[in-house]
Amino acid sequence: MAEVAHAEVGHDDHHDHHEPSFWSKYVFSTDHKMIAMQYMFTGMAMALIGGFFAYVFRMQLAFPGASIPFWGTLSPAAYNSLVTNHGTIMIFWVAMPVLIAAMGNFLIPLMIGCDDMVFPRVNRLSYQIFLISAIVLIISFFVPGGGFGGAWTAYPPLSAKAQYNATPFGAPLWLIAVTLEIVAFLLGGINFITTVMNARAKGMRMYDIPIIVWMIVIASILFMCSVGPLIAGAVMLLFDQTLGTGFFDGAAGGDPVLWQHLFWFFGHPEVYVVLLPAMGIVGEITCTFARKKLFAYKLILYSTIGLGILSFFVWAHHQFISGVDPRAAYLFTTTTLLISIPVAIVLFAYIATLYGGSIRFTTAMLFALAFTGEFLLGGVTGIWLGSSGVDVYLHDTYFVLAHFHYTFVPIAIIATFAAVYYWYPKMFGRKMNETWGKIHFWGTTVSFNGIFIPLFILGAGGQHRRIYNFQHYPDLAGADMQDMRVFATLSLIVMLAFQVIFIVNFFVSLKRGEKAGNNPWKANTLEWVATSPAPHGNFGPVMPEVYRGPYEYSVEGREEDYWPQNEKPSDS
Amino acid sequence: MAHQIIATSRSRTGIPTGRLAVWWVIGSEILIFGGLIGSYLLNRFNHGPSWSVEAANTNTFIGACNTFWLLTSSLFVVFAHAASEKRDAKKTRMWIWLTIMLGGFFMGFKTYEYTTEIQHGFTLFTSNFWSFYYVATGLHGFHVVCGMVIMGIIAENDIKHGRNWHRVENIGLYWHFVDIIWIFLFPLMYIAK
Amino acid sequence: MAGHKHPSYLKIYFILLALFVVSVAGPEIAEKLGLEGVSRTVLVLSTAFGIAIWKAYLVCAYFMHLKVEKIYAPYILLACLSLLLVFFFGTATDAMFSNGHNWVKSYSEEAAKEEAQSRSHGGHDDHGDGHSDGDHYGEDHHDEGDHDGDDHNKEEDKDSHEAH
Repeated sequence: MAEVAHAEVGHDDHHDHHEPSFWSKYVFSTDHKMIAMQYMFTGMAMALIGGFFAYVFRMQLAFPGASIPFWGTLSPAAYNSLVTNHGTIMIFWVAMPVLIAAMGNFLIPLMIGCDDMVFPRVNRLSYQIFLISAIVLIISFFVPGGGFGGAWTAYPPLSAKAQYNATPFGAPLWLIAVTLEIVAFLLGGINFITTVMNARAKGMRMYDIPIIVWMIVIASILFMCSVGPLIAGAVMLLFDQTLGTGFFDGAAGGDPVLWQHLFWFFGHPEVYVVLLPAMGIVGEITCTFARKKLFAYKLILYSTIGLGILSFFVWAHHQFISGVDPRAAYLFTTTTLLISIPVAIVLFAYIATLYGGSIRFTTAMLFALAFTGEFLLGGVTGIWLGSSGVDVYLHDTYFVLAHFHYTFVPIAIIATFAAVYYWYPKMFGRKMNETWGKIHFWGTTVSFNGIFIPLFILGAGGQHRRIYNFQHYPDLAGADMQDMRVFATLSLIVMLAFQVIFIVNFFVSLKRGEKAGNNPWKANTLEWVATSPAPHGNFGPVMPEVYRGPYEYSVEGREEDYWPQNEKPSDS
Repeated sequence: MAHQIIATSRSRTGIPTGRLAVWWVIGSEILIFGGLIGSYLLNRFNHGPSWSVEAANTNTFIGACNTFWLLTSSLFVVFAHAASEKRDAKKTRMWIWLTIMLGGFFMGFKTYEYTTEIQHGFTLFTSNFWSFYYVATGLHGFHVVCGMVIMGIIAENDIKHGRNWHRVENIGLYWHFVDIIWIFLFPLMYIAK
Repeated sequence: MAGHKHPSYLKIYFILLALFVVSVAGPEIAEKLGLEGVSRTVLVLSTAFGIAIWKAYLVCAYFMHLKVEKIYAPYILLACLSLLLVFFFGTATDAMFSNGHNWVKSYSEEAAKEEAQSRSHGGHDDHGDGHSDGDHYGEDHHDEGDHDGDDHNKEEDKDSHEAH
């Protein structure tokens, strides 16, 4: 079988023999590291847009009607559009590209010891489709009627009919952008899964695969298996929007709630699609800087698989008040509460990894620890929302909003920063400045809590999510509530301001950072075998072989406290 | 720079990389079509009386012919695969082009069918049954056309020059999958009344 | 896949064709015999959909070589199929009970049926398969199997509608 495989594949690569030009090196490259960088920088640019949107609508909430610096006065329609596109951008154009696409592209081939993804050109195509989708989304802000304003979940009939959402061009463009983005990640996901299944280094068995690679693969599988119905639904909704069919139109016999099912069947696994790579990143970093073997590797792995399977059974907990049958709600409550168990197992395994370790508080480690703590808070508040009875009260309040920001900010912001600080040496050959990194860390995490703790209180007080100006609602316009809104907004501005430190640190370190060797953190996994920055082909002429698991830290009887996966056993 | 990608030639699972990826593509396609068919079925159960009247207007004869074309083309594409395993370029190309021809028959019948239906007033907007009918069969037809184009490229670009033989099997798998989708669409849209 | 022995593709193909004929003929026979109720449903479902599943199995097993493929491939497909079932039944718990307690549907199944029937009669005789204006489905099926009966039936519906 293996000979057949070799005979059948591998002779369709046309490689350039000349020195690459700027375009072929940076723009049309098929190298997985360059594509990862493209994803990462696109994602970060989109994060700036999404962050700016958050700033504008938070300013409106804190100082209703005031003229907002860099924007002007905010109209209700623009407010809706900003909120919608903030959500869409942060999930589809920031969390997905940075966590799955950039980290997956960069780390998978390096960590499993091969030279590239198995389909380099599909990989490039995936990024190009993603880029087009981002451009389509940005165009949708400037068409007549403005960007789509029906929330990122796009429930019909609001999203289906232009006379309701008043964005005849924004809504279809938004939907097209999301669909293109999904297609891009389907291509990328198939590439990731196939690469890990087929292209692992010699000697790398199932339990020698680093946990982050497992998690990215499981996340890709979740994405691929959940997104199909949404693609079908997106086609149907697009026809409803542009042609006037009645798939989700109750008057024509359609079912608007069906869209919610199609959407959330994807939407809930999607949460885990972005969560898993973040947990993987945190696992790697925690283990490296605790200088200790990862606690219960197999338990983490099986919990993650269980988490992935369970994540397909929980979606209707987003729909408790949209008319789901109470008996079904009971089932979905049960599965929702069950799914907290595997998540908790993984997080507590990370905490157990810390126990008795000789912990090094680098910036990356600080971010990783912050993820564990903050995400626990987000997860625990999810227990309330998952219980259908409590959810009837809390649904669509700021409590929900604070809950999912307590999960998504640790995922998309904190874990991403951890990853950037940790793998920056491998990406660019230099370390980022640790002092400024720590300032950035404290500024980010403290202000993050400053934003969302008040929102928990406001939400429990009954403040609804989708209100443009609370002055119109006397019950919600009290001075104490308004103070909390102002506090949250100011915290957001502080948090955004601290990101300037990160951006400056990032670009200054490109040139002036302390030179990092191949293995600055003394880690075990294979990516640290390659030179920093890793060259085209990653490992040079001899591909590494794997002799042990990825987390052999502080092994007794060894001089050094780490034991790279590819180091030959001395006795053989 | 003359760097051969080693990753592509590895095969830890024992399934060649291209074929493994095709299995995943098919898996995700199952869910795309499944989401659509599932939505259709839910609506069908809810609107049994009116939809069965609507479904009676679909043309079973043309649907049956199209099933026949696709079943036969499935046979031809396995013959193409069998010929490609013997590295017989001439026969492989012949079977591929015959498959494409049957795909063309399918699309031709489909076009005639759409035309007569629209002439009789059964358009995308007539009712939700027809909306589902056009979206499901249209999405399927789109897959057929994509398969035909890819097969043409494989026949003329790869097999003619005696390379990338594995692609015949990969496109064959995809083509069988398109056939299977039709096997289910046919009773759903044409037979059940 | 060079190493294994291929089954006879032609044999599989003829089995598929035979099944295909049965799947078309089954509902037609139910039509001709004028079967009603459960027996009709069973016959139509088993011939149309049972055979579709069988055909799909044959294509998968022999044409797609799943019988001799490594175990990963059928697992991938089965996983996707089972998730589809999860989606379908999870959604059905809601979508099949869409009669609200606190709201009224503006969509009327009766009106939709009448509209559909009037469309079927509107100059559609040269197209279709000869029984294009029948109503043969499920629980609210009426006794008449032939054209006259259907027309009569429809008029009755209209009358009762107007009486309201």
